[in-house]
Amino acid sequence: MIVAEQKPIQEIIEEIRGDHSVLILGCNECVTVCEAGGKKEVAVLASALRMHFMQQGEQKQIEERTLERQCDQEYLEELRDDIDRYDSVLSLACGAGIQFTAEKYHATPVYPGVNTKFIGVTEERGYWTERCQACGQCVLAQTGGICPVSRCAKRLFNGPCGGSTQGKCEINPELDCAWQLIIDRLKSLNQLEAYEVLAPIKDWSTDRDGGPRNVVREDVES
Amino acid sequence: MRLDYSPDIKVIRVPCTGKVDVIHILHALEKGADGVYLVGCLEGDCHFLHGNLLAKKRVQRARAILESIGMEGDRVRMYNLSSGEAPQFAQYAREMDERIRELGPNPIKPGLSSAA
Repeated sequence: MIVAEQKPIQEIIEEIRGDHSVLILGCNECVTVCEAGGKKEVAVLASALRMHFMQQGEQKQIEERTLERQCDQEYLEELRDDIDRYDSVLSLACGAGIQFTAEKYHATPVYPGVNTKFIGVTEERGYWTERCQACGQCVLAQTGGICPVSRCAKRLFNGPCGGSTQGKCEINPELDCAWQLIIDRLKSLNQLEAYEVLAPIKDWSTDRDGGPRNVVREDVES
Repeated sequence: MRLDYSPDIKVIRVPCTGKVDVIHILHALEKGADGVYLVGCLEGDCHFLHGNLLAKKRVQRARAILESIGMEGDRVRMYNLSSGEAPQFAQYAREMDERIRELGPNPIKPGLSSAA
């Protein structure tokens, strides 16, 4: 899932300061799971903002709504009849959802309420870690299912580097060395010979380096 | 056992303090409560294993939110006691009442009355 984190409330207050009527818009997908922008977070943020402006003596209309997804036209369309009632939308979706909402409704400013962090997993409730950088050319088959792009600080493909000490990365003693994990995993899979194979130079044009990307699937197009 | 504490305190019963979420605390304040406090079982003594520890974290979160919007975090507190400690319950009620009186009324109240 995409992992996000709510922005500091003071930053959010500044974003909407000039608006009288604001819709706090949550998303039922990734940001709900990482507890940054689901229905509950929308309610807590809206309540806090209402109280903040009320104690400042400002009468603002701050309403709450959570869509199934903000990255899909059909769910965003549900706002069509109501969007004109608001001076702005504060979206708690990931960066994709925020932008798609803004693209859909040109006349209404859409502000971000979260910082989108990474594609990752829930290690345990309240602790999320990165697993994928969407490089566009997956190498997990060769690396025992552990990604050297997202989990090695240097993105090495023929690691580990000299900074690997007792299984930890030199940038942070708490951080596992991705290549130590890869070697351990290949050993347990009895595939250590894969470690002997030199990885070719990676084509980074499928990564963000090749510019904004898209996927076209004519077989499922309507 | 007839114990005195402020009649201004409204008691809301829940099955466990672990049932109380941050939004319940904020909504109470948004509706005009001057303060909110949770009284849970003693730490390590929760019938539902760790409900009171969850509540403690939520109280901390609610306090942090209040501070971030310019309100006193001390309007929200957590107390712990065993169900047999009625005098302690009354003592905590009096203590919370005193603290809230020191802080004064909920600062959003003027906004609430003008919106009504």
